[in-house]
Amino acid sequence: MDQKPLKKIDIIFGWDERCTPIQVVEKTIKKTPENIILDMIDSGLKGRGGAGFPTGLKWKFTRNEESEVKYVICNADEGEPGTFKDREILDKVPEKIFAGMTICGYVIGAREGYIYVRGEYNFMLKTLQQKIDIFNQQLHDMKVDFHVYLRSGSGAYVCGEESALFESMEGKRGEPRNKPPYPTVAGYNNKPTVINNVETLVYTSEICRMGPEQFKALGTNDSRGSKVFSVSGDTPIAGIYELELGMPLRDFVDEFGDGDTKAIQVGGASGHCVPRKKFNDTIIGFEGIPTGGSMMIFNSSRSMYNVLHDYLEFFTEESCGQCTPCRIGCQQLLKGIEAVKKGERPPTYLDDLKRLTATMKIAAKCGLGQSVANPFTSIVDNFREEIIY
Amino acid sequence: MTTIEVLIHDLVEKHGKNRNALMPVLQGVVACEKFLSEEAMIAVARELDLSAADVYGTASFYTFLDTKPRGKNIIRVCKTISCHMQGKDAIIKAIESHLMVKVGETSPDKKFTLLSANCLGWCHKGPVMLINDEVFPSVTPEKAIEIIENFAKKTI
Ligand SMILES: Cc1cc2nc3c(=O)[nH]c(=O)nc-3n(C[C@H](O)[C@H](O)[C@H](O)COP(=O)(O)O)c2cc1C
Ligand code: SF4
Repeated sequence: MDQKPLKKIDIIFGWDERCTPIQVVEKTIKKTPENIILDMIDSGLKGRGGAGFPTGLKWKFTRNEESEVKYVICNADEGEPGTFKDREILDKVPEKIFAGMTICGYVIGAREGYIYVRGEYNFMLKTLQQKIDIFNQQLHDMKVDFHVYLRSGSGAYVCGEESALFESMEGKRGEPRNKPPYPTVAGYNNKPTVINNVETLVYTSEICRMGPEQFKALGTNDSRGSKVFSVSGDTPIAGIYELELGMPLRDFVDEFGDGDTKAIQVGGASGHCVPRKKFNDTIIGFEGIPTGGSMMIFNSSRSMYNVLHDYLEFFTEESCGQCTPCRIGCQQLLKGIEAVKKGERPPTYLDDLKRLTATMKIAAKCGLGQSVANPFTSIVDNFREEIIY
Repeated sequence: MTTIEVLIHDLVEKHGKNRNALMPVLQGVVACEKFLSEEAMIAVARELDLSAADVYGTASFYTFLDTKPRGKNIIRVCKTISCHMQGKDAIIKAIESHLMVKVGETSPDKKFTLLSANCLGWCHKGPVMLINDEVFPSVTPEKAIEIIENFAKKTI
């Protein structure tokens, strides 16, 4: 088989000595906010945190809100199983994140930016704070009215959901809010807020550095640019890789699999499971299966029942419990597959459980409960025998 | 004022006397005390002018804001799928028999509490465990015990 290696990209972790992040800020704020927004829209950048909302539009909506106080928030809660790229970015190139936040603040009219880092990454807070202090001083010297602050979480996956994150920052239980209003209208402290993923913010500053054309030249029509992937599971080369979006899953498997790949879970526990027979016609990107970066590889020695069981346990524990379809639904799905496995329920019970996930998709309040259907149906449909026997 | 009241007073001075400071204040208490006692939560409520129930309500939501007494060191072993596939069961078993505790329990000498955790974000270097804030990727059962022994020596 002729196999051409996937092109490795070096935008996120690359370092341009002639145009450092603080210099990117300096040069960018000479432009008008409108022009920066146009560049963002032109680049085609979509959010890298999972939902894929166009970043330029998010900034534009927030800019259009009338308010004396607005906020920029960097979502560094990174809790999706199989995702570990934001930590690497925070560790290696945090200045690029600060630069993206500052530019965003300039565009929307915010003077404060917060980075919310998951509690599991507490060990990096001290170094990160030192780097923030240096950056804040540089902003101060440049007479830029923006300040970056650091906040941390305390071990709750749901706090990665944007409105739960605001609740947590406001000293409350991390329970997602009803939407609308959206964060662009009423976010942190009920003020207009841009919340972006770590990686998204780095791309915004990189697009300002190199111009939208270079970014746009990568990827496909629906999925512009590149993306950082967290590769784990049955692979000889687990790790963090920046690749072009819109790649066929087959190419990914050829490069990262161990030769015996049975399935790939794309997008973490809340994502989709793709079996071997669908590798050829699956695209990784917004036109196919999107991912926040998590790519978990399973070879034929793995039981997909165990995989699904792990995911359901995860959701049962991490559900905030605020709404019934999700709180009870997750528990029943977990008990349900256990009962089918033990033979206490007939195999057709799996179809009842699938209907339950369809209800959760409609009736759950936030993305957590709504997305349980993704792993559940994709694993049950493709590996039914493994779940039953 | 008791020591804990002094600690909380200082934390509130640093983070501000408003509700938005609640998480940083509670996190500061846990960093020193490992858990939030009733006394601590009442003191936080008084300092921030909130009801104690409100403080407890927030604290009880978060895995890392324990309201039960904990050992001087908290071990969290990742149990999510990638670490599961890389042998977290053997790690947990080795620690359980070494410390003579089950997951969720504190050792008799109060030096360690053993817990399991959802994805810690080191799937490419599993199995992984946290001890307090420190991370230990790619551990083996033997290495895990060695690390814990080193913590035991440092803990009085
Ligand atoms: C349960 C749940 C957990 C989430 N966790 C994260 C997270 O850890 N990091 C993140 O950037 N977005 C997370 N999101 C998505 C955020 O709500 C939000 O869409 C994102 O931060 C927006 O940034 P982006 O437009 O740059 O992608 C999560 C969503 C849900 C429903
Ligand atoms: S869907 Fe689940 S996590 Fe989201 S609000 Fe409802 S109970 Fe909470």
